[in-house]
Amino acid sequence: MLRLYNVSKVYPNGVTALDNVNLHVRRGDFLFLVGPSGAGKTTLARLVFREELPTRGQVIFNGKNIVRLRAREIPFHRRKIGMIFQDFRLLPQKNVFENVAFALEVTGASPKEIKKRVPEVLGLVGLEGKAKMFPHQLSGGEQQRVCVARALVNNPLLIIADEPTGNLDPETSWELMKLFQRINEQGTTIIMATHAWDIVNAMKKRVVALAQGRIVRDEESGAYSYGA
Amino acid sequence: MGLTAMALNTVRYYFREAFTSLRRNGWLSLASIGTVTVSLFILGCCLLLVLNANKLAGALESMLEISVFLKNDLAEEQVRRLREEIKFVPGVAEVEFISKEQALEKMRQSIGADKLEGLDYNPLPDAFRVKTIDPQQVPRVAGEIAKLAGVEEVRYGQGLVEKLLMVTRGIRMAGWVSMAVLGVAAVFLIFTTIRVSVFSRRREINIMKYLGATNWFIRFPFLLEGMFLGVAGAFLAAVTVYYGYFLIIKEVSALIPFFPLANQLNEISPVFACIIGLGLVIGAAGSVLSVHRFLNV
Repeated sequence: MLRLYNVSKVYPNGVTALDNVNLHVRRGDFLFLVGPSGAGKTTLARLVFREELPTRGQVIFNGKNIVRLRAREIPFHRRKIGMIFQDFRLLPQKNVFENVAFALEVTGASPKEIKKRVPEVLGLVGLEGKAKMFPHQLSGGEQQRVCVARALVNNPLLIIADEPTGNLDPETSWELMKLFQRINEQGTTIIMATHAWDIVNAMKKRVVALAQGRIVRDEESGAYSYGA
Repeated sequence: MGLTAMALNTVRYYFREAFTSLRRNGWLSLASIGTVTVSLFILGCCLLLVLNANKLAGALESMLEISVFLKNDLAEEQVRRLREEIKFVPGVAEVEFISKEQALEKMRQSIGADKLEGLDYNPLPDAFRVKTIDPQQVPRVAGEIAKLAGVEEVRYGQGLVEKLLMVTRGIRMAGWVSMAVLGVAAVFLIFTTIRVSVFSRRREINIMKYLGATNWFIRFPFLLEGMFLGVAGAFLAAVTVYYGYFLIIKEVSALIPFFPLANQLNEISPVFACIIGLGLVIGAAGSVLSVHRFLNV
């Protein structure tokens, strides 16, 4: 579903963020992206989301070469991918329902559809009772669940989570991981960049380790630890 | 769900979003409207000033005409030919023949018949009164007519007219320059204000990009908001200028009644159309340009 062929990314300041990366992500994969800060995890996510273009190489997503996308096709590409960030990026002046509904409004969904779909995903992430609350009234874990709901509401093919547990305590992190596990079991592909070695080790999923822009390890049901 | 239904949802979203944002950024919205109002108010005053200066200059200029005095011994045929020749001088609008008899009659009326009692012959020459299409052309046209055969003398207030024309040209120039300067200042002020409003929501714009919003989807509520701010401000400016202006011209025309003021609604309505139109354009352009910076995610 997602393939990177000989992808390199060199920033204008001369930093090589990715160096000849080849990666194949299959539909339904749950993939951990590990590696020290600056190893290229975020850059990889940005390339897939088409926030940036690779300096060399091709990125194929869902049968389409996204390096060659026209500017007006990019939004439609992004709707197939749900993004989750460490800093949540919720709209503070919108309540939980509105934050999730926003992702649907962007696609031109009808009010009827929104009224049906938003409670569904809020139920899925366990926030049924909090639809009317504002982000600042929620705990970090709850805020991240809103983000998950927002990422899910458009039925994405892929969810990219960049350090989703970075701001959460261990217990909350585990709750969230169970949620991701459930979403993955329902067929959504997940790529998660993380530093949380205990989670990676316990989940026993595919682990891709990056170091200095190269893939140094790619194993099924692997453990953290990179470099070697 | 059809495409039209989708478009309708989106349009509904645009309006809701634009007005929610206006309400939410209440003070900023008021500040933007205020800026538009003040800028366009000053611009409107300036426009009216230019309009009146133009009218004054026009009134002064329309009094300009060329008197062409003919040689005394011209035959009727020659006079007719001369009239045709003058008509064909470039820039001439109309030519009126005033015979020596008509001239004398006019003189009798203006200075009193009794004072001309002892006059037993008519000392006045036949003449043409010539108007030009463009008053600025008077000196040149007069010069060309003077060269025609059968013309004794050409008068148009030599010296004085050149000065008058210079003054009216100066008034117009000053008007245009000050209008241009104020116009640019207004545009700049409004752009800046709207940019503040967009800047305060750069986070929201960023998130919308991550949710897969198209650029137009992001832009449109801002566009509506900007247009609303622009038109609201312009409307206030137009109302203020309208009432202020009629108050002032009432005073002025009581003070100097012969001063030619633009006091008909159809004369000054272009000024208001201009104010409202500028408000709309500036508001729309200001918001679109401001959003543009944040769209490149």
